[in-house]
Amino acid sequence: MSQAKVIRVAGPLVVASGCSGAKMYDMVKIGQLGLIGEIIELREDQAFIQVYEDTTGIGPEEPVRLTGKPLSVELGPGLISSIYDGIQRPLDVIRSREGNFVTRGIELPAINREKKWDFIPVRKKGEAVAAGDILGEVEETALVRHKIMVPDDAGGRIKEIKGGKYTVEEVVARIETAAGLKEVRMIQTWSIRKQRNVNKRLMPDEPLTTGQRVLDTLFPLAKGGTACVPGPFGSGKTVVQHQLAKWSDAQIIVFVACGERGNEVADLLLSFPELKDPRTGRPLLERTVIIANTSNMPVAAREASIYTGMTIAEYFRDMGYSVALMADSSSRWAEALREISGRMEEMPGEEGYPAYLASRIAEFYERAGKVICLGSDERHAALSVIGAVSPPGGDLSDPVVQATLKVVKVFWALDDRLANMRHFPAINWLLSYSLYSENIKSFLKNKVAEDFSDLRQEAMLLLEEEAELREIARLVGVESLSAKERLILESARSIREDFLHQNAFHPQDTYTSMRKQYLMLRSILHFHHQGLRALEEGRTLESVLALKVRERISQMKYIAEEDAGLLGVYLEIDGSFKNLREGQE
Amino acid sequence: MYKEYLTVSNIVGPLLIVEKIREVKYGELVEIETAAGLLRRGTVLDVSTERAVVQVFEGTVGLDVDRSRVRFLGRSQTLGVSEEIIGRVFDGSGRPKDGGPQIIAKKQLEISGNPINPDARDYPSEFIETGISSIDGMNPLVRGQKLPLFSGSGLPHARIAAQIARQAKVLGKKEKFAVVFGAMGITFEEANFFIEDFRNTGALERAVLFLNLANEPPIERIATPRLALTCAEYLAFELDMHVLVILVDMTFYAEALREISAARKEIPGRRGYPGYLYTDLASMYERAGRIKGKTGSITLIPILTMPEDDKTHPIADLTGYITEGQIMLSRELHRKGIYPPIDVLPSLSRLKDKGIGAGKTREDHADVLNQIFACYARGKEARELALILGEASLSDLDKLYLEFSDAFETEFVRQSEFDARSVIETLEIGWRLLRLIPRAELKRIRLEYLDRYYYERNK
Ligand SMILES: Nc1ncnc2c1ncn2[C@@H]1O[C@H](COP(=O)(O)OP(=O)(O)OP(=O)(O)O)[C@@H](O)[C@H]1O
Repeated sequence: MSQAKVIRVAGPLVVASGCSGAKMYDMVKIGQLGLIGEIIELREDQAFIQVYEDTTGIGPEEPVRLTGKPLSVELGPGLISSIYDGIQRPLDVIRSREGNFVTRGIELPAINREKKWDFIPVRKKGEAVAAGDILGEVEETALVRHKIMVPDDAGGRIKEIKGGKYTVEEVVARIETAAGLKEVRMIQTWSIRKQRNVNKRLMPDEPLTTGQRVLDTLFPLAKGGTACVPGPFGSGKTVVQHQLAKWSDAQIIVFVACGERGNEVADLLLSFPELKDPRTGRPLLERTVIIANTSNMPVAAREASIYTGMTIAEYFRDMGYSVALMADSSSRWAEALREISGRMEEMPGEEGYPAYLASRIAEFYERAGKVICLGSDERHAALSVIGAVSPPGGDLSDPVVQATLKVVKVFWALDDRLANMRHFPAINWLLSYSLYSENIKSFLKNKVAEDFSDLRQEAMLLLEEEAELREIARLVGVESLSAKERLILESARSIREDFLHQNAFHPQDTYTSMRKQYLMLRSILHFHHQGLRALEEGRTLESVLALKVRERISQMKYIAEEDAGLLGVYLEIDGSFKNLREGQE
Repeated sequence: MYKEYLTVSNIVGPLLIVEKIREVKYGELVEIETAAGLLRRGTVLDVSTERAVVQVFEGTVGLDVDRSRVRFLGRSQTLGVSEEIIGRVFDGSGRPKDGGPQIIAKKQLEISGNPINPDARDYPSEFIETGISSIDGMNPLVRGQKLPLFSGSGLPHARIAAQIARQAKVLGKKEKFAVVFGAMGITFEEANFFIEDFRNTGALERAVLFLNLANEPPIERIATPRLALTCAEYLAFELDMHVLVILVDMTFYAEALREISAARKEIPGRRGYPGYLYTDLASMYERAGRIKGKTGSITLIPILTMPEDDKTHPIADLTGYITEGQIMLSRELHRKGIYPPIDVLPSLSRLKDKGIGAGKTREDHADVLNQIFACYARGKEARELALILGEASLSDLDKLYLEFSDAFETEFVRQSEFDARSVIETLEIGWRLLRLIPRAELKRIRLEYLDRYYYERNK
């Protein structure tokens, strides 16, 4: 093979000649600094390389080293609580080695090689194991038992397996396979462009609860489902994603900060060790992996970052966990794709995006799902994916939004009119939808409340009626509405302000359990029903609206989960109306 | 010593194409000697085995193909820094403009800078009191934040920025403080307004200015903000100063970038701006911030004029996607004669939450601002309704909201250019206005704060 060398440099794109024998998506190292790049196109002996680091100072004639290996991530104990850049370099280690600014040509293992983990075998010598079977476990954090699985090519009979303290590179088991003896270490590598295998895909049928009322009650996501959050700047995409990372009942969170703000990452890093998982009381960081390729970091690595995150997420899913991946923002990834495509002078499609944009987006979201994992124990697992989309000017006809909406099943439409009014989360209840409501109905019925779906239905109806009535009121004035219609307006307002509105920064309001959501909504609707009845019985609207208990309803969000007062509100409503009827209020 | 070439083959807009080159590197600094012996500078944008594309800062007017000498300097563009830089004025390429001597540099810093490791960032959380109610009360600024002013032509953004620079302080602290000012394409008068204002308040001695004015080469504007930020990084992270960077006008910067992109015949993105405008802007804006273990900080206020007051214009839109909020100026308020004409509803400070509250401003701050937002939004809705159906058609409650929003604009937002209100004064004005609205309506405020602050007028 002739020596490969640079023949052109244009920003993040480098062209090299003398690359015969190289394969697509192989990793290469460029120049003296050894900048990391990946081959994204081959034309005869020329390779087009996207470079994951700033190419300033690189020029023609510099050597290019072909590694012959695809760009891969390392998988094994030590992933949890890490913070990586887009190609899985540990940013915390880089900082302690290189200082506060990210410099170039850094090569560091993603997973600590020195640390010893206590490997506890769950299988024995002589047993037959298939690919994906769990050989043993490591307690990675108090929240995560890291399962060591039989690699895809290592099914066979266990010749040796040993418990004890090992580094990730030491052999913990030997398996006799059809192709000879295979050694199993706790670390393995996997190409980021290749989906990890599963046994079977299933239909999502359980909600991924998030503690966010508008999401859980009105537009639920299922475990293993996909959702997108598009919206103009400042409408609350990042806060939604952070809230999900904090409070959703997944066992593992992979957060990909793709082309966004450094301070948002700092926020995660500083708050996650402090915040406690509401179910276990342990710091949230103990179940989280963060991939951070902020907007000022090299653009090509932004493209890779979501695949890096996805592969890590799939790996934990394979252990049998419910994993949730947040990508904030998928638009930045698409823009990176566009930038590289532009530099390669490919035929542009809509808005300059390459023609393959839609298929890349579809491929990405297809990696989500509820599955039966590889391995003979048929364990179930789920990988849910939530992507933020940042369309220019908030315009939903943007190609990234459109391509995303074609594949995802939940659409949380952020609305800057609501954001301007500081109605948060600024999720528009008339535009948003979830295609999982039916799938998870029976789960809600069994686990939350018999009538949960009915309440949801009624709330949605009231909100729709409100929109119509407000339109009428705009044209002819409020006085033209009947008392009943005005009560509908008030009840819908109560749903919006007392239920849907949720302050992410209020210690109590930030998270609401399904049970409390149910109790809140039930109280609001109960008041509505009682109000309607009172009107029918001849009470005035004013007297209904003057009832003190309304303040109780509006303060429910601030009542602690375990407080008996939550249940009390319902009875207080009854009491108030009784008094009203008896003329005491 | 330097490689010198006489092989310019094409000149396209601000670009030179140089042929038969050897060992040229991407991003390298270039010196061009014109036939008349004048020097210009540029950088390499694209390099292949045969040719390099060079972007010329001072523009290509007067350059010719045959006699231009091109030298590749083997390094990228740098700024020489030392303590002496404070108090100096430079042109848009970093050459002294105040008649003073060259800086004797202790260090040469690459102006493109390196990204701050996200793991090294400290979250900005110190409240900066600007003395302007619509900022301090509603969209508070914190140290290390990047908060742009979205303005339009003819709106008083310069006066507001100068007022912030003049009044900004962190409560209860006296610290080393500096202003770095980068001007791209603004007029002499506007630049002079800032300089005079800095001079009058004594800020000039603690300021560093980089000026590229309207009549100066547009392509130079690509470097100007980077020079300013490189200087700011030096002051903040090596000299431990709190630096306020004002960049005005980012619109002209983006236009320069568009000009280069067009000359390279790149596929244009929205409205002709290159697809990488986001990344390019981010590489500057993200240089603001705080670093763990460092005393200094960079707070960044970029100013941009939105063409046709359109916030979905790519420059404003992409800026908003990168910065930590925005302060939006309103032509409507300006017409009503309200200074500062800040429209608080579309304005936003994303970092406010960690900067306000007990021990920082006051316990009720967050609730009060949320409540005022809600009331003002409702009042403005009522105002619209009243326009269609007449004020009489409003419900009694909506009339109160209408009254509230009028009072909010004239009493809370409006203030004099030299009025530095304390944040407590601002909150008190807020409560005074909120008392126009019945207590039961104030759902965004915790009961304990309502108990504490709402009934005060009756006492
Ligand atoms: N649930 C919420 N509760 C309280 N405040 C919120 C909530 N959601 C959003 N906000 C407010 O809105 C601001 C903007 O939200 P966010 O940063 O998520 O916007 P974004 O859509 O991600 O913007 P960008 O696309 O520019 O990143 C936040 O800083 C916060 O002040």
